[in-house]
Amino acid sequence: MNNMIVSVNPHVYAKDTTQTIMRDVLIALFPAVIASIIFFGVRALLVEAVCVAVAVVCEWAFEKITNRPITIMDLSAAVTGLILALNLPVSIPIWQAMFGAFVAIIVVKQFFGGIGQNFANPAITARVIMLVAFSGAMTNWLPAAFSNAPADAVTAATPLAILGGAEGALPTLAQMFLGARGGSMGETSCLALLIGGLYLIYRRVISWHTPVAFIGTVLVLTALLGKDPLYQVMAGGLFLGAIFMATDYTTSPPTPAGKLIFGVGCGLITVLIRVWGNYPEGVSFSILLMNILNPYISGWTKTKPFGGVQA
Amino acid sequence: MKNNKLKILTNGIIKENPILVLILGTCPFLAVTTQASNAIGMGAAVTFVLLCSNVMISLLRKVISDKVRIPCYIVVIASFVTLVQMIVKAYLPALDVALGLYLPLIVVNCIILGRAEMFANKNNPLDSALDAIGMGVGYTLAMLAMASIREIFGAGTWFGLPVPVLKDNNISIMTMAPGGFAIFGILIAIINKASNGKAIKKKDFSCEGCPSAAACNGQNCAEKREAAAK
Repeated sequence: MNNMIVSVNPHVYAKDTTQTIMRDVLIALFPAVIASIIFFGVRALLVEAVCVAVAVVCEWAFEKITNRPITIMDLSAAVTGLILALNLPVSIPIWQAMFGAFVAIIVVKQFFGGIGQNFANPAITARVIMLVAFSGAMTNWLPAAFSNAPADAVTAATPLAILGGAEGALPTLAQMFLGARGGSMGETSCLALLIGGLYLIYRRVISWHTPVAFIGTVLVLTALLGKDPLYQVMAGGLFLGAIFMATDYTTSPPTPAGKLIFGVGCGLITVLIRVWGNYPEGVSFSILLMNILNPYISGWTKTKPFGGVQA
Repeated sequence: MKNNKLKILTNGIIKENPILVLILGTCPFLAVTTQASNAIGMGAAVTFVLLCSNVMISLLRKVISDKVRIPCYIVVIASFVTLVQMIVKAYLPALDVALGLYLPLIVVNCIILGRAEMFANKNNPLDSALDAIGMGVGYTLAMLAMASIREIFGAGTWFGLPVPVLKDNNISIMTMAPGGFAIFGILIAIINKASNGKAIKKKDFSCEGCPSAAACNGQNCAEKREAAAK
């Protein structure tokens, strides 16, 4: 009888904390960081380090000034900084990368109340703001190592831009998969991103629903529209967006059904922008737009409590 | 008494800044603040109209029947705006092009109608003139602050003159609509922080300046005061 302990729920605990989850995300991003250094050189590492450092310092400074608990040890600011860096072209001026990290942490995250309160993914919002603010520098793609760009090339168009009419030779499917092509530092290597994604699914940090729905929708729709579906799926920032940014806890629905709707919506908007839009790539816009719809999707797909009665 | 006059004059500059505290007339504030010179031009035009209409409405406050006061105010304001528009068109055609639609739209600017309703129709012409000058200066300063930030960082120039390093490193989103909204929000936050939130909360439910005072006879305010006392 003495062994019986009466306590209030919850009775089952998981050891996960924000810190362990964010640490897993950082580990999952590691292959993409390695790939970015292999294909774009040491400057990639410099930009990544700057973005992470600025993001962490901004978080610390804002929380210090506003007398809030310091949350830099939960690593979420570091993750935001790193994902933002992977979304930038390697040639980005350092001050612009710093501006982006500042916007991501201060404007998108802290102004709305800090971790768990932001209405949209900080990294993706900062990327879109930078794309509007620095449209030249943000689309200045350098040729990757091992790519089929001519040896004396100064810039290299992304595969999607080439498909859209820009000059350049299309990379082969193998080059697309490994990452030897023009693009943002972290988005080119589908292999590295896939390894990271599988690790996150294995560690149960993310579920398969959003990435599969997102990538699957792009695959099916581009096939229906007469494009090369495999090429469309590997081009642009689709893997990076689907695995690391569309799965953000704060800005995506919590239930499997909601995640599926969210992923399909992202895929739909991405294809619409790629095929009929002004921009060659639509992954970041699609995630941002679906982030804004997230409260509605979460509401529609809310789990009914067992035995719950409609009030 | 003299102190009181000074208070009326300075009221509009920080404490009741028409844009950053009362949040009136934000449409032209967001639209024309891409260049500091436009901000000064718009500020001057609004101040002039505000001064003339406040004095005129104050002079006419005993003549205008309460029931038709809003149309009367609009007629007075519209006359002065037309005047300003003709002068600007004749002597400052560049400013006319830069301000475009927002110059005739001063007619429906909330600040001017707001001051007519809240101040000029209850006070003598001198006080109304002081209030108009204070509000006009507050408006112009807020416009200038916003336009300076947006022009310096967004275009790398100030009053059209290039700013050294920033000219080549401009953040063009600052001069676009999203940058305008973001900086507007940040400026409001700074003013609110600087005044400890008093700028907005300080109104202690007086019937003076309340547009529905006639209908409620002070009952609402009495109830609120009781609630606040508890």
